[in-house]
Amino acid sequence: MDKMPRWADVILVPLINLVLAFLVSGLVVLAIGENPLDAIYFMLKGALGSTQGVGYTLYYATNYMFTGLAVAVAFHARLFNIGGEGQAAVAGLGTAIVLLSFDWPHWAVALPFAIIGAGLFGAAWAFIPAYLQAKRGSHIVITTIMFNFIGAALMGYMLNGLLKSPDTQNAESIAFPAGAHLPTAHEVFATFGIPFSKSAPLNISFLLALGCAFLVWYLLWKTRLGYQIRAFGHSEAAAKYAGIPAVKITIITMLISGALAGMLSINVVMGEQERLIKEFVEGAGFVGIAVALMGRSHPFGIVLAALLFGVLTQGGFELLWEMPTISREMVLVIQALIILFTGALNNMVHDPVERLFIRLKKGKS
Amino acid sequence: MEFADIFLQLLLTMDMTVRLSVVLLLACLAGLISERAGIFDIGLEGKMLIAAFFSAVAAYHTGNAWLGVLAGIAVSMLFSAIHGLASITYRGNQLISGVAINFLASGLTVVIGNAWYKQGGRTPTLVGDARFHEITLPFAEALQAVPILGPIYADVLSGHKPIVYIAFLTVPAVWWLLYRTRFGLRLRAVGENPASVDTAGVSVIRYRYAAVLLCGALCGIAGAYLSTSQAAGFGREMTAGRGFIALAALIFSKWRPFYALMACLLFGLLEAISNLYPNIDVFGVFEIPVQFTQALPYILTVVILAGFVGKAIPPKAGGEPYVKER
Repeated sequence: MDKMPRWADVILVPLINLVLAFLVSGLVVLAIGENPLDAIYFMLKGALGSTQGVGYTLYYATNYMFTGLAVAVAFHARLFNIGGEGQAAVAGLGTAIVLLSFDWPHWAVALPFAIIGAGLFGAAWAFIPAYLQAKRGSHIVITTIMFNFIGAALMGYMLNGLLKSPDTQNAESIAFPAGAHLPTAHEVFATFGIPFSKSAPLNISFLLALGCAFLVWYLLWKTRLGYQIRAFGHSEAAAKYAGIPAVKITIITMLISGALAGMLSINVVMGEQERLIKEFVEGAGFVGIAVALMGRSHPFGIVLAALLFGVLTQGGFELLWEMPTISREMVLVIQALIILFTGALNNMVHDPVERLFIRLKKGKS
Repeated sequence: MEFADIFLQLLLTMDMTVRLSVVLLLACLAGLISERAGIFDIGLEGKMLIAAFFSAVAAYHTGNAWLGVLAGIAVSMLFSAIHGLASITYRGNQLISGVAINFLASGLTVVIGNAWYKQGGRTPTLVGDARFHEITLPFAEALQAVPILGPIYADVLSGHKPIVYIAFLTVPAVWWLLYRTRFGLRLRAVGENPASVDTAGVSVIRYRYAAVLLCGALCGIAGAYLSTSQAAGFGREMTAGRGFIALAALIFSKWRPFYALMACLLFGLLEAISNLYPNIDVFGVFEIPVQFTQALPYILTVVILAGFVGKAIPPKAGGEPYVKER
């Protein structure tokens, strides 16, 4: 089946897809009467032109790494976890409960417990869909969608009741104790005497995200469990025949996926907002799908794709100031087109490229 | 409370239920046709949203609500065609294509809306004939005096906008199409066992495209209802998850048209209750929070999916691209 070299499948085809997505996005920009090249320039300048821009870009990239890894781990077991949004939201509850329970003396003490809280809550929100898929054959896509909505309702209930701050009308909790404050990029760089924007929300969760990417790579390609997950994803029947327990793999994979999505709350809830606000996930769970597709479900690819989407998100915000006719939702359009071309229409590019390589090979021999 | 008071509240709730279930019903039937042909569609939400936007735009510029509906149908069918291209022609993942369509609609509506009207993604308010108006059914006034049945006829059944009646008539129409025509029989077969239909010399591709486009047309009407009947113009994210509730209703109804009607009325009732009575006090013992009522459609769907209360079995070939044997 050596029809096409591996680099073409992993790099060339996604790249062509990406170019197509950007071309169509450019047409949309043209259609509303603006210059797409100017738009790209302002986006790149806004995202990478200052330490503040970079700080925001990497902050968003951190979120997308978490949700992208969450989707990717599930993809490897051929499970489509569309519930990252809800899992991250509920994980925020876990983070908040942990951080509000004690007057934490230092962030280094608080962080491990917050990670456990976020991971447990995120995993718990993935558990029921996973169990129902494994045991009762309920389609995981539908159940995770439903759990996104149920999660949103749960958050609304908690933040208007038990966890609601008495000081404000908004649905949000009281601020976390000062000891739970995670070091920001500004503070970290300041110890080395390097100036970095104070307003950028980038914090040490970025390193946590890189660590998670490494752990996911190690898990999937270096451990027995990872092998079982991938084998299960390749062929459920073959995996069962080889004695890999389907129920166990489905549930464990989804628990890992949910916990990874939950890590987003460490970056946003603990690192940036330092309180629980109702809609803090802001679609990052869905962006994770695009990131996982773009990164071909490999942690290295996901880190790169997350950076790309970080640039898009931050650049999109900045674009608004420079070109008021383009709204920040343009980013959503670009994301949608990337999902469409790399995910759903992949064969449109893949098949012709493959035919081209076959023809080239025939020409040589 | 007096009997008359309770009766009035009941009428109000029923009237609202009818109005709120229309969007769910049209979207649910749209999904039903598509999924019966084996094409999963989680992009109902996006198609309704884009249709709502372009109906409002067309209705605003032409001053004719019916032209608005046509525009909504056209754009929604265009999105369906993209879904068809991805999931039928290029055998891509139908779920991913649906996700992309939802994103695309949610982004495009605001980007275009802002660029054209500069009102934060809203379209200008529709007035006069650019909006639909209530239809009073014959004798509604005269029968008002008949006890119980009169007010039900006059307040609940009569006095809705045209699309409401179209939506409820779509239920028997879809049933007839699927169960009483050759087209319907083949369409259902394509969703269950495409290989056998192919062997019989019927084009699986053509039937699947037909189903996907029909689905788009119904989503278009649903979207048009939102912006030209329920509201007077488009507002960003105005579908507010109704496409997903419709998906839930589809599972709840086990992919059958008349069950779909029941499921959508039930979910419409839940939405009406959460609008009219936010927090329900149960005999002063405890309170049912509004969030619970809002989440109930989703919870019920998960329960149904779990198979504890009646099993929902989807069409067998659903979600699988059809590859012709060679």
